[in-house]
Amino acid sequence: MKQKNIRNFSIIAHIDHGKSTLADRLLEKTGALSDREKTDQFLDKMELEQERGITIKAQAVRLNYRARDGQDYLLNLIDTPGHVDFSYEVSRSLSACEGAMLVIDAAQGVEAQTLANVYMAIDQDLEIFPVLNKIDLPSAEPERVKEEVEEIIGIDTSDAVLASAKEGIGIEDILEAVVTRVPAPLGNPDAPLKALTFDSWYDPYQGVIILVRVIDGTIKKGEKIKLMATGGTYEVQKVGAFSPHPTELPQLASGEVGFVIAGIKVVEDAKVGDTITHQHRPADTALPGFQVVKPMVFSGLYPIDSAEYDSLRDALVKLRLNDAAFSFEPENSLALGFGFRCGFLGLLHMEIIQERLEREFGVELITTAPTVVYKVTTTKGELLHVESANMLPEIQFIEKIDEPFVLASIHVPNEFVGAVLNLCIERRGIQRELKYLTANRVMVVYELPLNEIVLDFFDRLKSVTRGYGSLDYEHLDFRPSKLVRLNVLINGDVVDALSLIVHNDKAQFRGRELVAKMKEFIPRQQYEVAIQAAIGNKVIARSTVKALRKDVTAKCYGGDITRKRKLLEKQKAGKKRMKQIGSVELPQEAFLAILKVKE
Amino acid sequence: MSSLYLHIPFCRSKCFYCDFYSQVGNAAQLSRYVELLCADLQLLAEQSPQAATFKTIFFGGGTPSLLSAEQVAVLLRQVERDFGIAEDCEITLEANPGTLDADQLQGYRTAGVNRLSLGVQSFSDRRLQQLGRRHSASEAGRSVALARTAGFDNLSLDLIFSLPGQTEQELQTDLQALLALQPQHLSLYGSSLEPGTELFGRLQQGELTENSDERYAEQYRLLAGLLRVAGFEHYEISNFALPGQRCRHNQVYWRRQPCLAVGSGAHGFSARGWGKRWQRPQLALYRAKLSVGENPAELLESFDRQGAMAETLYLALRTADGLSREAFQKKFGLLPEAAFPAAFAQLGKRLQRQGDRWYFDLEAWLLYDHLISAFL
Repeated sequence: MKQKNIRNFSIIAHIDHGKSTLADRLLEKTGALSDREKTDQFLDKMELEQERGITIKAQAVRLNYRARDGQDYLLNLIDTPGHVDFSYEVSRSLSACEGAMLVIDAAQGVEAQTLANVYMAIDQDLEIFPVLNKIDLPSAEPERVKEEVEEIIGIDTSDAVLASAKEGIGIEDILEAVVTRVPAPLGNPDAPLKALTFDSWYDPYQGVIILVRVIDGTIKKGEKIKLMATGGTYEVQKVGAFSPHPTELPQLASGEVGFVIAGIKVVEDAKVGDTITHQHRPADTALPGFQVVKPMVFSGLYPIDSAEYDSLRDALVKLRLNDAAFSFEPENSLALGFGFRCGFLGLLHMEIIQERLEREFGVELITTAPTVVYKVTTTKGELLHVESANMLPEIQFIEKIDEPFVLASIHVPNEFVGAVLNLCIERRGIQRELKYLTANRVMVVYELPLNEIVLDFFDRLKSVTRGYGSLDYEHLDFRPSKLVRLNVLINGDVVDALSLIVHNDKAQFRGRELVAKMKEFIPRQQYEVAIQAAIGNKVIARSTVKALRKDVTAKCYGGDITRKRKLLEKQKAGKKRMKQIGSVELPQEAFLAILKVKE
Repeated sequence: MSSLYLHIPFCRSKCFYCDFYSQVGNAAQLSRYVELLCADLQLLAEQSPQAATFKTIFFGGGTPSLLSAEQVAVLLRQVERDFGIAEDCEITLEANPGTLDADQLQGYRTAGVNRLSLGVQSFSDRRLQQLGRRHSASEAGRSVALARTAGFDNLSLDLIFSLPGQTEQELQTDLQALLALQPQHLSLYGSSLEPGTELFGRLQQGELTENSDERYAEQYRLLAGLLRVAGFEHYEISNFALPGQRCRHNQVYWRRQPCLAVGSGAHGFSARGWGKRWQRPQLALYRAKLSVGENPAELLESFDRQGAMAETLYLALRTADGLSREAFQKKFGLLPEAAFPAAFAQLGKRLQRQGDRWYFDLEAWLLYDHLISAFL
């Protein structure tokens, strides 16, 4: 395929704005999917992605399209995740493209996350063309949303494509727009090879699979290649593309997107952002790479059954192979035994890892409340990075604690502005900006402690805005703050896995609410369970789960015997998900009760 | 085989607390059903390696008292012909006070029934209405009197306690009325509102409030105390009897002894291997299978040694007699505490021992489901 007939593009969209369905329609229209494969959302490969309706990993799919001008085009659709936790993946995907399709829900309009991704695309000089999706909805207001896009983003919407992925409306217009609006890739096929690694993952049969965008030159099977950042050299075993099934090709030339398999054993050796070149004729300079992503949210993961520690470790090692953004190291807890302190990009990332561990690896887990990294200066002048309440030194040894702040942009219809401001103030926010984007859409910008965001901020935002609020944030800095350690005692003993770092002014409230919530989660047991919250030695809240008074099947004759036993067995299986702390059985939810505290 | 259960899955109407399978049956259906039961018995006898003489027979339901005296006689004659009925066989029939008259009771007695279990449930007409029962409190008294006249000297009465909003005072009134009828045996069941029942629906609508667990426990203790004073033995979680008047049939279940069962929906237990439970299907399939001479029983579960040991143990713990260590060892080759060391450790003092026997006391019975989970 001639370079001038290649188009590389991404889709930028907010969660729920129908990106995955749209992508499926493009695949269908270009004949990439057989009828049998038209399961919903082909691109969301992982079971979890399908269930949650979000895309986690980037995908690159090649589509063949004969345009209205009679020429054949090769379209590479590079899918992007739509959640704030994964924005680094978006930026990587965009770097492989010349253009981006901005998909906006014709009823809901522009959301904060969309905007953040659009800015990323603008920064990377991509050609952006708008598509208004869901125009079949009775509540669709394409004209209003067009205006909004022009006002907020500043791009021309006069030739915006009106589409409904669900109803299959406007799909061909979208493909035409890709052909006419997205520029053909530049790059010199005869120059020394430069291919950008924009994703890589481990496959148990083939080793590491690298997704590349060839900038200059060509890459073929059998060639010796060199990864410029790590310095490793390998022989190319296969090159090819996903269409959408992996298909081997003789070569990938400048402008093309595809995969390279070169006998690489670990993902670390094929770092995302690295440049691939030829060993015999290397490029002078590498392509600019990507910023390394750092985990921002930490929590402890412990096997419910301590015998599963090794399986948990193996599972973490495997997950880490394909998810460089996630970190783990051994940790132990008096209450929970041996486990791992894990770092995540955000809460969603944490939930996804947790679910994958349980579902794909069958390890049942206790997850402790998420926390951020604090910078603690001790009275001796040492600087500690504390990512777990238990690592916080005793109060008399602390000189000061700094906590991370973020700049949060919230988009919300104007009727919810009051509620959002209240929420931000509650969460110790400092207002930076309040701007009417249109007559009824407002952008609220706050400086917020990340600590307040990881504890259910997103859920709260959704609830106070009836789902209309959207959030994006970026990291700002660390600021000194009055933080204390809140301990939880069960029957008089501190359970280290339940300790939290909270702001002094909120300790009372959080302690009280936490204790009340835990009471709801802890089932009645043979003996009374006392729950207390304390700061230092001072108990600030208490509650009691009364002893079990009655649990008996009154009638037990012939047929009741089997039926009742099966019921009890089922209950008991549920109980296996509880962790024995002393003589008390705590269910999984009790460890995350703090996330369920409502203000 | 020494015990037989006959299931009658018909009722005049569904009671508001009942989650058992039953259907509203008319006279014609009933008489066809009796023919099916006879066919089932005949087939069962042909397939049993040796004919058993039954020592206990139980007509349960549903509402077995929808059967006429003649139908009961037909069934018992069939049993006698195909198997044999021991001289001192306990033959119980469950009856609803509203469905009984003097001739019918006389007829049951003549047919061989020697024990009646009456579903009285409450002595408050308001409660009876709330429960969807078709009889009144006074009808219950009349039925008992009629039964006595017909020659029944072994009467069991059922009562439900801790009904929604029921007070201890209300319960004591019920109990006094109950004792005034001088039953030989009592089954007292704590109310439990099960999904799918009328009462559960009302609970969800907020029209009813279930008594607290504390209140349930309080009423259970109260009843047990009063009945002990009245001379009853509390011989199983929900059952009380005057000395010598325990229900022999029901003890078969808790002792994990074999019991043949006929009728749609009936559960039987055979001692082969480590024990097997059989169930007969719902009416349509039951009829279809019998009409082609096919054994209608479906295997529900087959026990291994571990399962058999566990069930032996926890069923025995429902009874005041508890579990004989010696008998257990004789059967399984090891002592119960050796078979379940972790569970015994976990239960600690909840499990009490006296001589050869492990047993639960009243307080442990209140937590029975919770405690026996240790053995599952």
